Amino acid sequence: MLSLETITNNVHDWLNNHVSSTWATIIEMLIVGLLVIGLFAMLGLILVLMERKVSAFMQIRVGPNRVGFKGSLQTLADTLKLVLKEGLTPKGADKFLFNLAPYVVMCAAMLILAPIAFAKNFQIWDINIGVLYISAISSISVIGILMAGWASNNKYSLLGAMRSGAQIVSYELSAGFSVLCIVILTGSLQISDIINAQQNGWFIFKGHIPAIISFIIFIIAVTAETNRAPFDLAEAESELTAGFHTEYSGMKFALFFLAEYVNIFVVCAIGAILFFGGWMPLHIGNWQGFNQVMDYIPSSLWFILKVFGLIFLIMWFRWTFPRLRVDQLLNLEWKYLLPLSLVNLLLMTVVAIMGWHF
Amino acid sequence: MYRTTDILTNTPNTSLGEAGYMVINVGPQHPATHGVLHLVITLSGETIINVEPHLGYIHRSIEKMCESLTYRQFIYTTSRMDYLSSHINNHCCALSVEKGLQIEIPDRAKYIRIILDELTRLASHQLWWGAMAMDIGAITPFFYAFREREMINDIMEETCGARLTMNYMVPGGVMYDLHPNFQKKVKEFIAFFKSKINEYDEILTGNIIFQNRMKGVGIISKEDAISYGCTGPTARGSGVSCDVRKLYPYEIYSSIEFDEIINNGCDSFARYEVRMQEMKQSLKIIEQLIDNIPEGDFQAKTKTVLKLPKGEFYTRVETARGEFGVYIVSEGGTTPYRIKFRSPGFSNLSALNHMAKGNKIGDLVAIMGSIDLVIPDIDR
Repeated sequence: MLSLETITNNVHDWLNNHVSSTWATIIEMLIVGLLVIGLFAMLGLILVLMERKVSAFMQIRVGPNRVGFKGSLQTLADTLKLVLKEGLTPKGADKFLFNLAPYVVMCAAMLILAPIAFAKNFQIWDINIGVLYISAISSISVIGILMAGWASNNKYSLLGAMRSGAQIVSYELSAGFSVLCIVILTGSLQISDIINAQQNGWFIFKGHIPAIISFIIFIIAVTAETNRAPFDLAEAESELTAGFHTEYSGMKFALFFLAEYVNIFVVCAIGAILFFGGWMPLHIGNWQGFNQVMDYIPSSLWFILKVFGLIFLIMWFRWTFPRLRVDQLLNLEWKYLLPLSLVNLLLMTVVAIMGWHF
Repeated sequence: MYRTTDILTNTPNTSLGEAGYMVINVGPQHPATHGVLHLVITLSGETIINVEPHLGYIHRSIEKMCESLTYRQFIYTTSRMDYLSSHINNHCCALSVEKGLQIEIPDRAKYIRIILDELTRLASHQLWWGAMAMDIGAITPFFYAFREREMINDIMEETCGARLTMNYMVPGGVMYDLHPNFQKKVKEFIAFFKSKINEYDEILTGNIIFQNRMKGVGIISKEDAISYGCTGPTARGSGVSCDVRKLYPYEIYSSIEFDEIINNGCDSFARYEVRMQEMKQSLKIIEQLIDNIPEGDFQAKTKTVLKLPKGEFYTRVETARGEFGVYIVSEGGTTPYRIKFRSPGFSNLSALNHMAKGNKIGDLVAIMGSIDLVIPDIDR
C-alpha cells in the first residue's frame, strides 16, 4: 500500500544508494526544509480561508466568495496584496529588532513542527524528549512578540507585548502540566511512544476523568498561548488597535499572521497526538472487525481530521466568546487552572500507579 | 473643552512624569471610540489614572448654522447629530416649533411619530448591543444585531425614503403618509425580533466572561449620576428615574402602557440590562399602537413660512441615549435667534472619567460601550 511511510523510505534508500550518506542527509534536510516551508504556505492558505468561512458560518454571512471557486483563492490574493505593500519601519523604532521579530516568531512556529508525526512513521525528527522539546520551543515565540512590541516604539505595541509576555509565561505552566499527565500514562517523552501507547484506545478515553480534565485545561491553555480569542489580549483590537503588531505592515505583518495560524495548527496537532492518538485510527479494545475497518482509513487522514477538528473548536471559541480582561486572564490561570492542573496531575499519578487506566 | 495647549503638553513622551505614568492618546482614530473621539488617558501599567476627552474633531457648528435656517429647515441638521436616533431628534425639534406656534397636530401623526420613535430606539439599541459586544471582543453578536436592524432600516426606507437621516418629522406632523406596507412590515419585524431577542441573551448576556467584564465595572452612584447630568440608560442604570417619556410625557406617551426600566446596579452591567429591557418595552409600545393608528390627516395645516412668536421655547424628549432638549430663542423672525441643543451624549461622556478611574484599559472600552456614545451627538 502506498503510504507516506513507504515514500519516505524509498527516497531515503534511493539517496543512500546513489550518494554518500553525508550528502544523503544533507539532501534530506533540504527536502525537509522545503517541505516545511511548503506546509507553512499551505497551512496559511487553508487556515485563513477556513477561519473566514467558519466565522462567516457563525455570523450568518457567506464569507469570501469572489476569488476562485467559492473564494478558495482569497487568501492567495490577500497574500499577494501584502507582499506588494510597503514594509514600513516607523521612525524611532529599533530597526534591527523590529525587522527580526517576525522571523523569530516564524522560526519558533517552524521549529515546533519537527517532532510532530503527520502520519504513521512520518516524522521529521523523533527526538526522545519530544514533548519537552515542544514546550521549550513554544516559549520562544514570546520573545519575538516582546521584541516586536518593544522595538515598535509604540505604546499600544508595548502594552500588547507585555500582556502577551505575562499571558504566555503563565499559561505555559498549565499546558505543561496537562502534557505531563499524558507523559505519566506513557512513561515516555517521545512522540512516537506516546502515539503507540494509544494503539488500543486514545488517551482521552483511556485516562479516565483526569485525562478529560487535562484535555480541557490543555485546550484553554493553548488557546491562550497562541493569543487567540477569548485570550487575544496581545492584539485586543478594540483596546490596543492591533497590539504588538500595530506598526507592522506588508510582509512582516503577514509573517505574524502566518505564524499565528501555524501555531494554531501546531498546538492542535500536539493536542491530537497527546489526547486523540495522533495518526492512530480509532480502536476500541478488542473489537477486531471494527478496528480493521478503521485501519483502512489512511493514517495521515486520521491525523488531519483530528487536527482540523480541534482547530475548528478553537475557531469556535474565537467567534463566540468575548475577550477576558488582563487581570481576569491571570486570575484564571494562577487561581483556577494551575491548582486544578496540580491536583489533576496527582490524580493522574494515582490512576497510573493503581493501573486504573485501560 | 480646549484649554490652552494641554493637548500639546499631554502628548506622549513629554509628560511621562516622575510617577512613571504613561500617557496614551486613544483616538481620534481608534477602533473603540466609534468615531472621532479623542481620549487622553494616563496609565499606571494597565490601570487608568485619568481619562480626559478632547472634543471638536467633528464639530460642524450646527447650532450656529441653525440661526440662519428657517424653522422648517433647521430640523434636518439634527438628523446629523445623533444619527442613530435621528427620528427622535427631529421629533424634538418639531415639537418645539409646534409649541411655539401652538399647533395641535392630528392624532394619526402622533401615533406615527411614536411608533417611528420606538423603532428608532430599537434600531439604536440593537446597534449599541452589537458594537458593545465588539468592544468586549465578541465579534459575532454584531452581525446578529444587524440582521434585525436591517429590517427596521427597510421599514424606514419604505416609509421615510431614508435609512439613517430620516427627516420625516416636520412641524405639524409627518412629511408623508405611511407606506401601505408599514403595518404589515412592522408586525413581521415584531414577530421576528421577539423570536430572536432570547438569542441576544444566550450569546452574550449569559456568558460568564461577559458578565465578569461588565459587573462591578464603571461604577457611578445615583448621586454622581445626577450631578454629572447623566440621562437615559446611563442614569437609569444607577437607579435615577429620568425617563422623559414618563416624567414629562409628550405626544401620547401618557396613554401608553410601558414601564420605566430602572436598575440599581450602578455598573456597566446595569446599564446593559436597562437597554436590554428597554428594547422589550419599545416592542410593547409599538404593539399597542400598531393596530390602532387612527385614520385622518398626517399633517396639520400650517403656513408655508413659519414665524415663531418672540420668546423662548424648550422641549425635551427621550432619545435612545437619554434626554435630548431643544432650546429656541425667537425674536419673532423666520429664523431662530439662537438654538441650543442639549445632547445626552455630552453629559454622559463627562462621567466617563469618574467611571473609568482605577479600572483597566479593557474596562475603559467596556464602559464606553455601556454609555453608548455617539460622537457627532457630543460635538454637534
